[in-house]
Amino acid sequence: MRLVVCLKQVPDASEVKIDPIKGTMVRAGVPSIANPYDMHALEEALRLKDKYGARVSILTMGPPQATDVIKRAVSLGADDGVLLSDRAFAGSDTLATSYILAQAIRKMGEEEAIDVVFCGKMAIDGDTAQVGPGIGSRLDCAVTTYVVGVRSLDKDKKTVVVERRLERGVEVVEADMPVLLTVNKEANDIRYAALPALIESIKYEVPVWTAEDVQLDLAQCGLKGSPTQVKKIFPPPQKDIETVMVTDTISDPAQIAKLLVDKIEEAGMLA
Amino acid sequence: MSQPAVWILIEQNDGVIADVSWELMGKGRELADDLGGEVAGILVGHNIKDQAKEAFYYGADKVYVIDDPTLEYYRTQAYAHAISDIAKKHKPEIFLMAATSLGRDLSGAIATPLGAGLTADCTVLEIDPETKLLHQTRPAFGGNIMATIYCQIARPQMASVRPRLLPIPERDEKRTGTVIEEKTSLQETDIKTRRVEFIPDEGATVNIEDAECVVAGGRGIGNADNLKVIEELANALGGTVGCSRPLVDAGILPHAHQVGMSGHTIRPKLYIGAGISGAIHHVVGMEGADLTIVINKDPDAALLRVADYGVVGNLFDIVPAITKEIKARKGA
Ligand SMILES: Cc1cc2nc3c(=O)[nH]c(=O)nc-3n(C[C@H](O)[C@H](O)[C@H](O)COP(=O)(O)OP(=O)(O)OC[C@H]3O[C@@H](n4cnc5c(N)ncnc54)[C@H](O)[C@@H]3O)c2cc1C
Ligand SMILES: Cc1cc2nc3c(=O)[nH]c(=O)nc-3n(C[C@H](O)[C@H](O)[C@H](O)COP(=O)(O)OP(=O)(O)OC[C@H]3O[C@@H](n4cnc5c(N)ncnc54)[C@H](O)[C@@H]3O)c2cc1C
Repeated sequence: MRLVVCLKQVPDASEVKIDPIKGTMVRAGVPSIANPYDMHALEEALRLKDKYGARVSILTMGPPQATDVIKRAVSLGADDGVLLSDRAFAGSDTLATSYILAQAIRKMGEEEAIDVVFCGKMAIDGDTAQVGPGIGSRLDCAVTTYVVGVRSLDKDKKTVVVERRLERGVEVVEADMPVLLTVNKEANDIRYAALPALIESIKYEVPVWTAEDVQLDLAQCGLKGSPTQVKKIFPPPQKDIETVMVTDTISDPAQIAKLLVDKIEEAGMLA
Repeated sequence: MSQPAVWILIEQNDGVIADVSWELMGKGRELADDLGGEVAGILVGHNIKDQAKEAFYYGADKVYVIDDPTLEYYRTQAYAHAISDIAKKHKPEIFLMAATSLGRDLSGAIATPLGAGLTADCTVLEIDPETKLLHQTRPAFGGNIMATIYCQIARPQMASVRPRLLPIPERDEKRTGTVIEEKTSLQETDIKTRRVEFIPDEGATVNIEDAECVVAGGRGIGNADNLKVIEELANALGGTVGCSRPLVDAGILPHAHQVGMSGHTIRPKLYIGAGISGAIHHVVGMEGADLTIVINKDPDAALLRVADYGVVGNLFDIVPAITKEIKARKGA
């Protein structure tokens, strides 16, 4: 069996801020991490490998230093990986990203056929959750999103049964392989790397593919291939409210409660 | 040339239309009026045709219906195929769906074969008066930044829109429109996934997104036993218990109660938060509340800054006092 995990390197989104004067994103000093959802996708793939035997390959699109996340995946048990890196990819929106990743997955599949493609539910920087379904649609394979667990896999019938988290419950779905799954964080707890594997992984030389290696149509990559344009970015609007600090003037809990319940009553919430 | 069309996906789950569809219909009407165009609802499912008239009541001019056994429940491939086919045929100018599980999954799968630009999880949509382009504003980087995005050339301009931000328009049973029946070309044997079962959440009655009053507790409550302080206030107000993520992680409450980015977006008339620090991930889920009351023992807690009324104090003193006061007044 061959499993591919799409693993994105992202800035730790909780630390990204807007420069209030220039109106640009401040990324300097913000650490890069492996997208957390993708690590759960990797863990799900490694569990299938442990149980059924499989080759787990990582696919990352990003700048040269993104090899870090591939090495981390290898330290945890992935067998190999590819970094897709080319200036032509810069500025890709989700349509272009799904094109580039899908073409690379096709190329990976030429060497050994792929049974499952794993993505995270979403990346914590772009936050769109659009790339997974986009890749699935380009590969014309089964797509199952928001996976919280793989129940079973039948190598002969080439089917997999997964559980998906929806707003009001869990849907159990049987999918034909090849299938693309996007994985939620609740799916599993991520394993730790053993020290020898960690040391070994540092030596792993990550193959790098350019647009030419994958024979991409450049008109579909990067800014050229991206229908969406970011017009401007700005800090989230602060709700324009004057907070009344009740405790600045009153300290007795019963009095505080009286004042608050007055406000609740005025809002019509005591009916 | 025909007039520009704004399409709205009418989201249904097992035959029940989600309210967010009508929120979007109201927005669609507004955008279409700005463009001098029409609004069409897209209704896909099985034995669903009869519900098309509801879309007219909320403002649609037309409804495209695809009614087929293969579409009985949502499947990415089956829905994306059917809908992208009719979009290729009728070429809408704008196509909106809800940023729900279903809508975010489907929008990505439809935009790809259409080669359309798709903006995720929008909170503001407006037509630029000069260019007539749809300006789409959305939070990214976990809510730390906002981006306004537009799409110059490719059509339709697609967006998924966060539920519960837009009002539902007045329902008007006198409105009518045209129903257009379309077909899907996929057979059951072409479809690569099948539902085995659906396990509804226990306590499925908790629907925090629709609650008018939410009383939320955070890590500050300390342990599961202390949750009763929060529950008692919620009960006194006839409200719903909400929480921050640590309480879900600790197994104190199920995910159905979680407010925030990876939980639920709420828009109650009243939100009371106690023992919650106010991480942006929580705030994005509750900032739509009309009246916000926050209790925290730390005067620097971020949640106090988004409150209408803030109380710096011990929640175990303040919350029971509010409960008592409410009971006293209701009893009177
Ligand atoms: C502020 C801002 C807002 C944006 N808004 C939009 C928008 O609304 N619409 C739009 O089309 N684009 C948008 N983009 C561009 C978008 O962020 C990029 O296209 C990005 O490459 C992919 O989108 P994502 O991060 O949302 O990924 P998601 O779709 O959330 O990612 C889902 C999964 O796909 C896989 N994946 C995604 N990217 C990679 C990668 N590089 N390498 C390996 N695996 C990957 C991972 O498994 C990941 O978990 C925006 C960018 C910015 C900076
Ligand atoms: C990608 C991502 C998604 C996330 N999604 C969500 C989400 O959907 N929802 C969510 O809530 N969080 C989410 N989080 C987590 C979020 O970042 C915070 O960690 C979380 O909201 C903190 O919860 P808290 O305020 O209850 O706990 P803490 O931050 O620990 O705050 C506890 C507060 O209680 C106060 N307190 C303690 N004792 C008392 C007392 N006796 N009386 C009064 N006050 C007291 C303290 O002063 C403190 O302010 C997410 C995080 C990430 C990275």
